[in-house]
Amino acid sequence: MIQFKKLALTAIAGLFVANSVMAAELTVYTAVEAEDLKRYAEEFNKSHPDIKINWVRDSTGIITAKLLAEKNNPQADVIWGLAATSLLLMKSEGMLEPYAPKGVENLDKKFVDKSNPPTWTGMDAWVAAVCFNTIEGEKLGLKAPTSWKDLTKPEYKGHVIMPNPASSGTGFLDVSSWLQMFGEEGGWEYMDGLHENIARYTHSGSAPCKLAASGEIPIGISFAFRGAKSKADGAPIEIIVPEEGVGWDMEATAIVAGTANLDAAKTLVDWTITKEANVMYNTGYAVVAYPGVAKPVKFFPENLTEKMIDNDFEFAANNRNAILAEWQKRYDSKSEPKS
Amino acid sequence: MSVTTSDRLPKGRPLSLKLGRDDLLMRGFILMIALYLIITLALPLYAMLSKAFSTFRFDLSQIELQVSDQEGNFDGTILSAATLNDETGAIGADSMAASSDSRLELTPLFPDFSFRSPVRYKIRGTTADTAYLIGSERITGTEWKEMDSNTFRRVVLRPAQSFGFSNFTTYFSTPSLFRSIENSLFISIVSTIVTVSLAFAFAYALSRSCMRFKGVFRLIAMAPILVPSLLPGIALVYLFGNQGMLKGMMMGESIYGPYGILIGSVFFTFPHALIIITTALAISDARLYEAAIALRASRWKTFWTVTIPGARYGLISAAFVVFNLVITDFGLPKVIGGQYNMLAVDIYKQVIGQQNFEMGAVVSVVLLMPAFIAFAVDRQVQKKQVALLSARSVVFEPKPHKSFDRLCFLYCTLVAVFIIGILGVCQFAALIKFWPYDLSLSLKNYNFDVMDGGGWEAYGNSIKLAILTAIFGTIVVFTGAYMVDKTRGFKSGRNIFQLLAMLPMAIPGMVLGLAYIFFFNDPDNPLNFLYGTMAILVIVTITHFYTVSHLTAVTALKQMDGEFESVAASLKQPFYKLFARVTVPVCMPAILDIGIYLFVNAMTTVSAVVFLYSTDTALASIAVLNMDDAGDIAPAAAMGMMIFYTNAAARILHLAASKGILKRTQAWRLR
Repeated sequence: MIQFKKLALTAIAGLFVANSVMAAELTVYTAVEAEDLKRYAEEFNKSHPDIKINWVRDSTGIITAKLLAEKNNPQADVIWGLAATSLLLMKSEGMLEPYAPKGVENLDKKFVDKSNPPTWTGMDAWVAAVCFNTIEGEKLGLKAPTSWKDLTKPEYKGHVIMPNPASSGTGFLDVSSWLQMFGEEGGWEYMDGLHENIARYTHSGSAPCKLAASGEIPIGISFAFRGAKSKADGAPIEIIVPEEGVGWDMEATAIVAGTANLDAAKTLVDWTITKEANVMYNTGYAVVAYPGVAKPVKFFPENLTEKMIDNDFEFAANNRNAILAEWQKRYDSKSEPKS
Repeated sequence: MSVTTSDRLPKGRPLSLKLGRDDLLMRGFILMIALYLIITLALPLYAMLSKAFSTFRFDLSQIELQVSDQEGNFDGTILSAATLNDETGAIGADSMAASSDSRLELTPLFPDFSFRSPVRYKIRGTTADTAYLIGSERITGTEWKEMDSNTFRRVVLRPAQSFGFSNFTTYFSTPSLFRSIENSLFISIVSTIVTVSLAFAFAYALSRSCMRFKGVFRLIAMAPILVPSLLPGIALVYLFGNQGMLKGMMMGESIYGPYGILIGSVFFTFPHALIIITTALAISDARLYEAAIALRASRWKTFWTVTIPGARYGLISAAFVVFNLVITDFGLPKVIGGQYNMLAVDIYKQVIGQQNFEMGAVVSVVLLMPAFIAFAVDRQVQKKQVALLSARSVVFEPKPHKSFDRLCFLYCTLVAVFIIGILGVCQFAALIKFWPYDLSLSLKNYNFDVMDGGGWEAYGNSIKLAILTAIFGTIVVFTGAYMVDKTRGFKSGRNIFQLLAMLPMAIPGMVLGLAYIFFFNDPDNPLNFLYGTMAILVIVTITHFYTVSHLTAVTALKQMDGEFESVAASLKQPFYKLFARVTVPVCMPAILDIGIYLFVNAMTTVSAVVFLYSTDTALASIAVLNMDDAGDIAPAAAMGMMIFYTNAAARILHLAASKGILKRTQAWRLR
């Protein structure tokens, strides 16, 4: 027994020693895809082996809810890879630490918060797109749609699926982009028409594309990144960029106000906007914040960058509540049961 | 005679129990476990209720403005936004109700406002807490801020917090929200009727026929208890979805919606109803049937006058259990509900989708109502149940009856095929490479580490959670039950404890989970450190499944005569010695049952933990939910089947262990 106790003590002591080599540990909240996280941390630790990253990962909605729930008692030091719309929400609650990372002037202006000093910086864009299953399309005799307006045609009735903006960030960026492109009235009019064709609204933003990939519903309104991945997995889909333009959101980075590890947090955020970091983002995302870095990504639609609308994030954040209320009034209550 | 004695003798002290050290110790234990239940149940619920009444409103009287002339000079007149609004009537009273994330533009207060005009504006709050945004910049405090009209356009007011009923008003004036009440009730009532009828027929066949393979049927019928409630949803997608194998059978109807929820609900509640009804049918007195035959009553008449009345309490009980399970279930409608809104999913949508915690709390309160009513009615019915089996009863033995036995066999086979079919489809789906385009077999879907949801680690966490819950839960529950049952006196304390122990049955897991966020994530709470740990998951799971475990323990303890305690006391043995040497070994079967019940439920539970897990403590059941949510349906089915196999293995282990332990501890039961 005594032997065992000694052993345990040595082991515990060993842990402490091992810990002290790491100068700092950062709790980083993120919504980046699970498979990319390890790579991100490894790349960062190449130049900064002294800072250990503890990831807390979940979908955009859940991470946002978590951060807001912890508002008065923040657990995170840094947010790395969360929708800018969500970060704007945090910003309006005063939850973010304003900080201009070293070299922020190198980034595309679109990707930097307009306040001075900025509270968040963008990493990469996450662009809406339509996934179209060619095999099922042929079976049903459907032509591939080329524009948003096409999707309201009666022939697509019941063959379109999109995320619910109330539970999915992708769904919301679609709705806000339609309102910006077609105007307030035109936007709602468009959605009235689209609603007639929607099979159902999903809770997740990637689900529509995956459902299109498996042929469950031939047309899925989702985002390009997901479509490219499904296509790489061998799904018979085409990724369509509607000609009117597409909405987008970005994954962004910010320091959580009140962090106990401000210096380490700054070091990390400095690194997240470097050229090498942006090269790293480029493996999955075709559009990144650092100009001139992006190389084309396999299966990614080529004309995507030109089609990105001039997204007004402030409009989206400040009207989010009103838009969602209106959306639910129009479409959520209408989805009658057939009982 | 007695009257005169009492007249002569002085009145003594009122009779009271003399408390020994044991009694005090036992009361101490009761208090401790009651305190545990208060902290893990009553206080979180209180926190949730107060959240439901925490409202947000725009308060224009907190904003003061100054407007310049065309040259940009201010004359010093201070305008209150509230007075301005009274004059112009620009912002209606109903626009003042807000949620925590609402914003209100101020430009409508100035009918002639133009963002191009050279007029300048000054704005300030009247209290230190008044908050408004310029663009997305949050500004608080009572300093004047000056800006041009283009900037003023971007000013939005943030709501102030207060208390009241307005969240409930909003809820009931939003049709999409309160329609869910109707939907939830409809689905719950229909699936209750269907499940109870099906389970009754099955139980009837098991107890009243002489068909073969009863043991096999019983085993198969219990299988749905071993999987998360959302797994049948996934199977139904593969069977009846647009690419489903049996799509034609839907005749154009969509499986996403009430049909899917109904079929799935029947699947996962079936064993729960079956257990209760089988017990009810098992205690029947053969003498009543003999009398019926002697009176030449037809089989049909006997069925309605003897069988059904004898089982009625069981049927009512089963109905309420099924109703509660369905109305509080969240996984199934999330997976296959489509646009069909249900209360439990609404909570999730409000909290996760819109970060509207207040509205989530309101829906929780609404969801508590039907569950509470069902619970109260069930309790009343239980009280009326009297012993049907007296010492003179004769146990009913079914006699062979060829055509009836064959019919029973056929029916049970059908049910068994349905259950095995659902599980089989999930296993099949998990092994297919890319449904429906590439039907080759592969283990690709088991590569959980590259999917959302937590990977294989989540599976490990689930097993850890299940083991911890089984061990600690059994200890807490059994000790609590023992103290309540065997303590002398202290009636009020014991009653309160009983009530606390029954309460979790009526609390939907979703509601409990949300209540835990409000309670444990409050920075002022000294227990805050538990938030995000495995411990909080263990605690919430124990609390969620407390009632059934408690009832099992109490039933077992009731079988033990109170004289054991008296004998121990007269031998001057402390109660804990008796507890460890006699009570625990005698009740071993019940203790093992509680353990396995907690284990299986900890593996499959989704609703209570969905708000509480963190990245380090992701769980397999949550992974099923999240992978399905992200559209990775095949991996979700794969993980669901992993849970099934684990639970099945645990069950087998439990059986083997029970046999071994029972041989050692229960030998005294045999002569």
